This record gives sequence, C-alpha cells and structure tokens, in this order.
Amino acid sequence: MSRYSRHIILSEIGQKGQDKITQAKVLVVGAGGLGCPILQYLAAAGIGTLGIVDFDIVEESNLQRQILFGMSTLGKNKALAAKERLEDLNPTITITAYPERLTAKNAVSLFNEYDIIVDGTDNFTTRYLINDASLITNKPLVYGAIYKFEGQVSVFNYQSGPSYRCIFPTPPKAGSVANCSEVGVLGVLPGIVGSMQANEVLKLVLGLGNVLSGKLLCYNALTAETLTLTVNKSELEINKVLDQKDTFQDRQSAFNCDISFNEISVEKALQKKNVQFIDVRETHELPKVDIINPVQIPLSKLEHHLEKIDAEKEKIIFCQSGIRSKKAVALLQKNQINNCYSLKEGAQAIIEHYNQN
Amino acid sequence: MNLNIKYFGMLTEVTQCQEETFLFSQSTVADLLKALFNKYPLLEERDFQVAQMQTLVSKDTIISEVEIALLPPFAGG
Repeated sequence: MSRYSRHIILSEIGQKGQDKITQAKVLVVGAGGLGCPILQYLAAAGIGTLGIVDFDIVEESNLQRQILFGMSTLGKNKALAAKERLEDLNPTITITAYPERLTAKNAVSLFNEYDIIVDGTDNFTTRYLINDASLITNKPLVYGAIYKFEGQVSVFNYQSGPSYRCIFPTPPKAGSVANCSEVGVLGVLPGIVGSMQANEVLKLVLGLGNVLSGKLLCYNALTAETLTLTVNKSELEINKVLDQKDTFQDRQSAFNCDISFNEISVEKALQKKNVQFIDVRETHELPKVDIINPVQIPLSKLEHHLEKIDAEKEKIIFCQSGIRSKKAVALLQKNQINNCYSLKEGAQAIIEHYNQN
Repeated sequence: MNLNIKYFGMLTEVTQCQEETFLFSQSTVADLLKALFNKYPLLEERDFQVAQMQTLVSKDTIISEVEIALLPPFAGG
C-alpha cells in the first residue's frame, strides 16, 4: 500500500488506477539507453507484468547512460541484468527476461502475451520489425528514438491510428543513418526520451490525458525546444504490412538494413567456433594479427575475390578501426553473402585482447 | 515567398544550420526538394520527410504555408 501511495492519492489515478497498472502487461524491446529509464519507471510504477528483450551484454561504454547497470554487471546479458536490478526495486511485480534477439520468428508470439509494446532499440531492422509485428498483433506501440542531442517520441497503432510506416514507409539505405555507438549521444538524452515513453505507457494504461497518437514529438536537448508534428494515417502502408500477416515469420533474412546489426565485439568474435577471419586492410598495414590466421583481402579488391570467402563459416571482418569492415559487410551482403560480422574497433581490439589475456 | 525551413538530426550536418529563410516561388514539396538539393547536393542522399505547418505531407502537396520542417528517421536508442 505505502509503495504506491503517491499514485493513489492523485484523484486522477486512485486505487482503481493503480489496479489498472498492476494488471498491465508491457513488453520493452531493448534494455539500453532508452530501455533503462523506461523499465526503471515502469517497474517503480508497479506495471504488474514486465517483459524485457535484449540479446546484448553490458559494456563499460554503456554506463554513461544505461542507468540500470554498473561495474558488477559488466559482461552480463542486459535483459537478465535489468531484471535483477528491477526485482530489487520492486519485488511485487513479475518480470520476464528474454536474453535473445527479437526476430520475425519470435515477435508475433511474444507480442501476443503483452498489452503494450515499447521500442527502445537502436537499429532500423528491429524498429521496422517491432512496428510490423505490433500492427499484426494489434498492439499499441510506444516509440522513441534518439540522435546525438535530439529525440523523437510517438505512439503507433493505437486505436487504429498511424504506424511508424505512415511517417517513414521504408527503412533507410544500409549504413546511411548512424546509431549512438557510431556518432555518440548525450548521456541524459535517452533518460529524457525514455521517461517520455514511460509516461505514454502509463497514460495508455490509465486512460489519462492525450496519448501521442497521430503525433510525432521532436525534442532538442540543446535548445530545450519541442516540435509536435501531426502524422496522418496511410492505409496503403498499413495494409502492405497486414497483407504479409501469414508469411511474416519467414521474411527476416531479406530484412537487414543496418550495418550496426552485424557488429561484433572482440570477446564475442573470439568465442565463436568455425569462423573465417578476413582482414580487409591494405597488405602493408600494421599490426599484423597472425594469431587468428586471417585471410587477407583489401577492401578495394574484395568484390573481385569473393571466391576466397568461405560460405560454410561465419565471417568476422576486421580493418584498423572498424569502419572499412562495415563497408565490407555491406558489400558482401549486397553479393548475397550472409553471416558476416564487422569487428568493433578492428585489429587494435584483437591485439589488446591478447595483451590482456 | 520566404519559407522558414527547420532541419533536424543529421540533416543539420549537411545544411550546417538548424533553421533558415529560403526564397521559394514554385508550387509543390517536390519542387522545393529540387531547389534544396540544388543548394545542398548531399541532402539528396539522406532519408527524410517534410512537414508543412507542423503536419507531415507528401511530395505532391502544394506549399502554401511558410513553416517547413525536414525530418529524418533516428536509429539510436
């Protein structure tokens, strides 16, 4: 009782409203910069059933903004680490961690178990997947996205309102829009935007105020300005998604539009068995990393030496810093060569890894 | 007429400004884009949508208001 007293004494919420919060089932996809504040406030508010999807692990560079984690959770899966932290914050709610990637295969059955879906991911592949699966399962979607100092918030698929595709019908060209790990982000920004998303979830649950449906709120942290744009529904775009309902589970392979989706850390790369390492630096570049026995194909010649790439193995591609290797992954994907990963921070990361271990 | 165009996110890296006054005398959003691509060739490679008077509009919409915003999708989270 005392835990929620500040909610209950609000005449707009009361015990009745708090009961609605207890009965609500909310799935948060991504436990990163946005996911952390979303989850923290939803758990604190007493959302009765909370699901967390994230395949990634906690890294030190996350701690600048991902407030559920600390030194003790470095290297742990984010969904599991978040669950542990939130169970301490509120042991009266049910939290389920899904330490896996959201895919076209698992999205629909997972979404069916929840009332509201929240997008806290960091790549377009998953954002479009979440939007489409929300449409197919007819669930409201609380959307948030950030870039450097700016954020966007909206609620999609709410009471037959517009969807993400009514604003941006198709995913951007691969690699044309960077994410936080590539360009940086002000640490507090996902805190603000994620808190706005948590607020929209509570408004949906409580039936309070005006839900940001049919609106796209744009926030700029440097000017403290918001601009709220009106979004019109496109039946055409929505029907295109609904028409795929029966074949939805099979579509994912043609759907990778983000290079970041295929980035891998040196720790994870070296754990993999049956991989081919490909060095796409020019042959004169140092340091050499013979310890992992890479195939050397400079990026400039890659397209003419596709026969050197082992179709049976997963491919880890590296360069000096992790930029050319991303271009190489995009180029290989264009040539229908899948299972390719770009090694974060390149050859330097491999050398550092072996020096430390 | 003089339009007041706002740029968001990574578009400001192309235009080097967040807002500008832009003299425009033709009719549709598509015409405006052509004029903007002429001024900022790199803008053509970017993905974005256009809003007029705080409402997202299609390319064949006639420009009748001065408040224009160019809005790219964000991936980050």
